[in-house]
Amino acid sequence: ASGAYPKRVKVVEVGPRDGLQNEKNVVPTPVKISLINMLSETGLQVIEATSFVSPKWVPQMADHTEVMQGINKLPGISYPVLTPNLKGFQAAVAAGAKEVSIFGAASELFTKKNINCSIEESLERFDEVMKAAREANIPVRGYVSCVLGCPYEGKISAAKVAEVSKKMYSMGCYEISLGDTIGVGTPGSMKEMLTVVMKEVPVGALAVHCHDTYGQALANILVALQMGVSVVDASVAGLGGCPYAQGASGNVATEDLVYMLNGLGIHTGVDLQKLMDTGTFICNALNRKTNSKVSQASCRL
Amino acid sequence: QEPQASGLPEYIKIVEVGPRDGLQNEKMIIPTDTKIEFINQLSKTGLPAIEVTSFVSSKWVPQMADHKEVMSGIERHPGVQYPVLTPNLQGFHSAIAAGATEVSVFGAASESFSKMNINCSIEESMERFEEVTKSARNMNIPVRGYVSCALGCPYEGNVVPDKVAEVSKRLYSMGCYEISLGDTIGVGTPGSMKKMLEAVMKEIPLSALAVHCHDTYGQALANILTAIQMGVAVVDSSVAGLGGCPYAKGATGNVATEDVIYMLNGLGINTGVNLCAVMEAGNFICTALSKKTNSKVAQASFSTGTIN
Repeated sequence: ASGAYPKRVKVVEVGPRDGLQNEKNVVPTPVKISLINMLSETGLQVIEATSFVSPKWVPQMADHTEVMQGINKLPGISYPVLTPNLKGFQAAVAAGAKEVSIFGAASELFTKKNINCSIEESLERFDEVMKAAREANIPVRGYVSCVLGCPYEGKISAAKVAEVSKKMYSMGCYEISLGDTIGVGTPGSMKEMLTVVMKEVPVGALAVHCHDTYGQALANILVALQMGVSVVDASVAGLGGCPYAQGASGNVATEDLVYMLNGLGIHTGVDLQKLMDTGTFICNALNRKTNSKVSQASCRL
Repeated sequence: QEPQASGLPEYIKIVEVGPRDGLQNEKMIIPTDTKIEFINQLSKTGLPAIEVTSFVSSKWVPQMADHKEVMSGIERHPGVQYPVLTPNLQGFHSAIAAGATEVSVFGAASESFSKMNINCSIEESMERFEEVTKSARNMNIPVRGYVSCALGCPYEGNVVPDKVAEVSKRLYSMGCYEISLGDTIGVGTPGSMKKMLEAVMKEIPLSALAVHCHDTYGQALANILTAIQMGVAVVDSSVAGLGGCPYAKGATGNVATEDVIYMLNGLGINTGVNLCAVMEAGNFICTALSKKTNSKVAQASFSTGTIN
């Protein structure tokens, strides 16, 4: 392994939430629970379980309470859930959540289209969540969407990403996950964006959430690692298409990420075979092929 | 040495292997006219080198049976190279007779692979290639050398970087102007790519090196990035990611040219290649093959109707 890479990387598994949320077929609650339970056996330390949003907006996540209450919560594993507002936060805590996530964006237009308010207004909403979370001793992870491009605005300035990241970090988020929401980023734009963000948020509090829509995810992640980022989000089997490009892929596959990290001698604690088995399980349940190339290549055995 | 995204080459030569490596690994046999039209379209994209066909026995590689017709039928654009594979002296003569002005020879860093693929040892294959490079030298024909299994072998598993360096040096010393290091089964990662290149770079000047990455395990772009960070400035790829992997059923093979160019464009690296034109050629050949593209850039672009 190169001396300039982190020795350990924390892999944040977003398949059950970000992945399933962007899959057309609604998955029955017991299958979701099995998926999360299987992921809990792979060595993953963080598994994003569900989203406490209104089922009107996200029907796939309508069973959030049942999922949260139904899963085996193994010691040492964190099961964060999305909470877009105070109401969602309260429901999440009542259902047993011990960590939550909030979603900001580096694009005004995206924020308007996605959650029907401005960036400033969204941060005010989050402030309520942060306050309640602090009182309840619940850690909060902040996401920033559109960090390398926006489906509506196109190019996004690195300064804007840094500004939103800094606000969320100052509000109390322990970690900021920078999302290339439409996968348009390249190692060039990733480096530029991180250079600016790292002036405002310490690299130890940064994560990258890369989409593979243009096949750039692993190259982008590699650059982020070279710059000191040591937390990477991924989705088992590459679950979750891109809602902005019909038929295109979305999340980077956890299997492919772990394969690369293994090859770099970077410790993740994840058992690749168990991960692949979990991917096979959920793809069968979804009646779809895996988006993971490692899984596809290994299937011949 | 700190890996940085800057300090990269200003220009990278893309060697397009779709018509040969790509089609060779596609099940459906493509008519000669279609191959010629395909190559003619690629000639208009700005690609500096297009591997056209292979002068091997049609018994072994039926897809390349029409090598003479393809070679003599294509348009030859000024400034574009049209190399062809020549496994031995007989193939070389045939290629020259058909109008070839550049050839390639294929070695391997694994004895088992050499035996299984071309039925002889590495040493015997080198002797065969020396006949080719000797004749080529006499006729002023440049020869490109490939080294397969540079990051792993389907039979032997792990391949030692020093072995790759040794075979590369053999090919370079006998007169190959460029050595293309192939991750034949796509098992390589940035870790193994770096180790292998470090060993090879002790024997071969950087300017004579190319990487030929397969995307079977999704690692190709990350591996290519690692190579170019180390100064490699020649990258092989296949439009639409044509060509599956003969060693992993249903798995992908070559990295897609479109996806490589997208990455290089984003890095501010000049390739001279028009991405839209490549996508159109990719669309043409995928339609002919009745298959979906393996290029994610093409998939995303045709969905949105726009190119980012």
